[in-house]
Amino acid sequence: MARSKHLLPGFGLTMGVSLFYITLIILLPIAAMLLKIAGMGWEEFWRIISSNRALAAYRITFSSALIATVINGVVGLLFAWVLTRYRFPGRRFLDALIDFPFALPTAVAGLVLVTLFANTGWYGQWLEPNGIKVNYTQAGIIAAMTFTSIPFVVRAVQPVLEEVDEALEAAARTLGATRWQIFTRIIWPTILPAFIGGCVLSFARSLGEFGAVVFIAGNLPGLTEIVSLLIFIRLDEYNYEAAAALAFVLLLVALLTLIATNALAAWQTRYVERAA
Amino acid sequence: MNKLFVPAFAALALAATPVVAQPTDILNASYDIARELFDAENAAYTASGATVTVNQSHAGSSAQARAILEGLQADVVTFNQVTDVERLVEGGFVSDDWQTEFPNNAAPFYSFPSFLVRVGNPKNINDWGDLASEGVQVIFPNPKTSGNGRYTYLAARAWANEEYAGDEAQVEAYLTKLFSNVPVFETGGRAATTAFTERQLGDVLVTFEAETLAVTKLLGDDQYQPVTPSVSFLSEFPVAIVDKVVDARGSRDVAKAYLDFLFTPEGQEVAAQNFHRVQEETVAAAHAETFPEIRLVTVEDEFGGWDQVASEHFADGGLLDKVFINQ
Amino acid sequence: MAKPAHPAGEIVLIGLAFVFAALVLAVPIALIFAFAFREGAAVYFANIFERNTLHAIWLTVLTAIVVVPINIAVGAALAWLVTRFRFRGRQLLISAIELPAAMSPIVAGVTYLFLYGAQGLFGPALQTAGIQVMFTPLAIILVSLFVTAPFAARELIPLMSQQGTEDEEAALSLGANGWQMFWLVTLPNIRWALVYGAVLTNARVMGEFGAVSVVSGTIRGQTNTLPLQINLLFNDFNVTGAFAAASTLTLIAVATLLIKSVLESRQHA
Repeated sequence: MARSKHLLPGFGLTMGVSLFYITLIILLPIAAMLLKIAGMGWEEFWRIISSNRALAAYRITFSSALIATVINGVVGLLFAWVLTRYRFPGRRFLDALIDFPFALPTAVAGLVLVTLFANTGWYGQWLEPNGIKVNYTQAGIIAAMTFTSIPFVVRAVQPVLEEVDEALEAAARTLGATRWQIFTRIIWPTILPAFIGGCVLSFARSLGEFGAVVFIAGNLPGLTEIVSLLIFIRLDEYNYEAAAALAFVLLLVALLTLIATNALAAWQTRYVERAA
Repeated sequence: MNKLFVPAFAALALAATPVVAQPTDILNASYDIARELFDAENAAYTASGATVTVNQSHAGSSAQARAILEGLQADVVTFNQVTDVERLVEGGFVSDDWQTEFPNNAAPFYSFPSFLVRVGNPKNINDWGDLASEGVQVIFPNPKTSGNGRYTYLAARAWANEEYAGDEAQVEAYLTKLFSNVPVFETGGRAATTAFTERQLGDVLVTFEAETLAVTKLLGDDQYQPVTPSVSFLSEFPVAIVDKVVDARGSRDVAKAYLDFLFTPEGQEVAAQNFHRVQEETVAAAHAETFPEIRLVTVEDEFGGWDQVASEHFADGGLLDKVFINQ
Repeated sequence: MAKPAHPAGEIVLIGLAFVFAALVLAVPIALIFAFAFREGAAVYFANIFERNTLHAIWLTVLTAIVVVPINIAVGAALAWLVTRFRFRGRQLLISAIELPAAMSPIVAGVTYLFLYGAQGLFGPALQTAGIQVMFTPLAIILVSLFVTAPFAARELIPLMSQQGTEDEEAALSLGANGWQMFWLVTLPNIRWALVYGAVLTNARVMGEFGAVSVVSGTIRGQTNTLPLQINLLFNDFNVTGAFAAASTLTLIAVATLLIKSVLESRQHA
């Protein structure tokens, strides 16, 4: 069938492999969880996902992820700018270092952060006397989320920034545009879709982060308990319905994120095509 | 392509094989704070000439019961509460006469909920009543996942029953206040300890005496001091063979021999060295000065047995749920 | 490159980037080794060669050896499919493979528990057949496959759609069969992206914590991967041991960065 319809070979084989794998490894487990949820009543489901403890966990998780994303947006833009626009000794090194949070296991990241910010730690001994407590507070959650998602914005913006039309910039400059005008009128609109895309990925990753956060968050219900941890606790309590319902909420958010990123990617493609 | 895949599938097959019977090693699923105890017990068991390798898994006692019901292939359980073994009985994993298989209702050692405070006892915590005071933060593990946490609940209730002469309204008010003084319910006893020691949360840690004494020794009596309350709740640590697993693996004999060892004078000595109280008289006498005097109430005297405790207190919507607002 | 009209501003920005990178990225690396070695090299190696830590290293490596080739092969197949053919549901397929990247790893673990656990969909049938999946290395391998499924495809899809199909069509018109075309034309074109995908997959497999902690059963010396072993040592009050175990993963992370850096310069060359 592949031969007749397609010029290139391998349609049947790769389709078979892909469908088999996606079904077995990705879709089947998710379906099992959805079945678990389908087995519970709507009222029960609603009671679990709207309980005070769950609401507090959403609030903490989402607000921390949001703050971490804002920090990473600013820092990511700085890194992307510095790495693409300037040439300086150590640039390659800096560029490689950016990916460290992706390469480092999150549990190790958590262990390191909690040690750094301990009251006797390398950072904590300076911060705590000034009234800044990071470990076992929401600041710790934000620190862990920020660390684990640093590379997203940098890596999204960097390639686009490299492609910004320099002739356009030069033209603007000869026409007397200030550097700020060039940035806001030419560069910013070009990198905006990529920037938002990077932020969305960073936000999604922060929402789901578990390994780094559990080490440094106090895990206090209502104060420093994230949704992932609440799911884990419900499992340990043998309360599978609650675990499944809360997991479903996170899954839904993941799906929305995915749809948003895909829409953004499509938007970006159109944007680039229109610009060309 | 084949070169890439052959080793991969060989490795996959290898990874899947541990389910095949191998009675040269057994798995002991145990409670959270018993990490050091069973490191020592297993070393002593090997030193006594046993050739079997005993693997360990530690978590909250109830979380372990759940894992076994989900398929964790544990040959033996060394839990801290009868109710968790009873869950395995209900699930058909352990025969219902398990308490007759070993001496002393199958409990080689015991302990009780006790207190650990920061050195100097700044909040002046001496008995159960002090835990419900305004401004005192108490740390103990989640009673839903940890036998340790449930013992704390039962001990506090036993004290309150005496204090308020059985007035249920006052008892409940006391327990509600106590639970609201807990900032975090960790899922296992060890996690509660690290919350108290590493995270410096709370003014008092309520956990087994075995843990309060061990932590004081390990982390220094210049930082922590154990406090023994006026009364506490006898916490016998039951052991059982997981019949369903040992029958499938053919490991019943090695599993039984291992649990038998815990009741021998050698096994008892190791337990006492690790701050677990034991029944064996000579060992108990030798370690008498480690363990302060305490009045212990039993589940039969106070609550009419474990069955009644399970249905009245720990069932969904039971008395525990009234004071433990965990939603 | 833009002419630096304000070198002072440029220096400030570069300085800021370096300060941030030092505080947030370099200091943690230093801290791991400082703590791992704080009781001397002898203690460090004793910690590494402790029986359970050694087994955790072995299990982590085994998982990577199984997972990385499978996910690279599947990623390549999927990338071929979605970049060389247009068919209905193509976008859906891309989204499906992306799904694990957007999901919380805890949720990934939970889904596998509901599939293979004794109370799960397949659990009872598997138990009757005497097959144990949960709490064995097999479960760890399965969730690792899940969480790293998108990594290779993510690297390959943009590259392969950009490269187009001319080379491959040329090879076919010259009489090459499908496999010859793949080995001689496609593979050389994508090999660096493949290696890059493998490196990223490997880093994540070795470091996965959330999903693995749901399905592992944390049996010492049997189903503890390195990240779980680090957590366990930390809870055993053995902080130095935890950092020693962490240092092995950090070395792998640093090696990952080096390989990646080299690959990128090759790709650009």
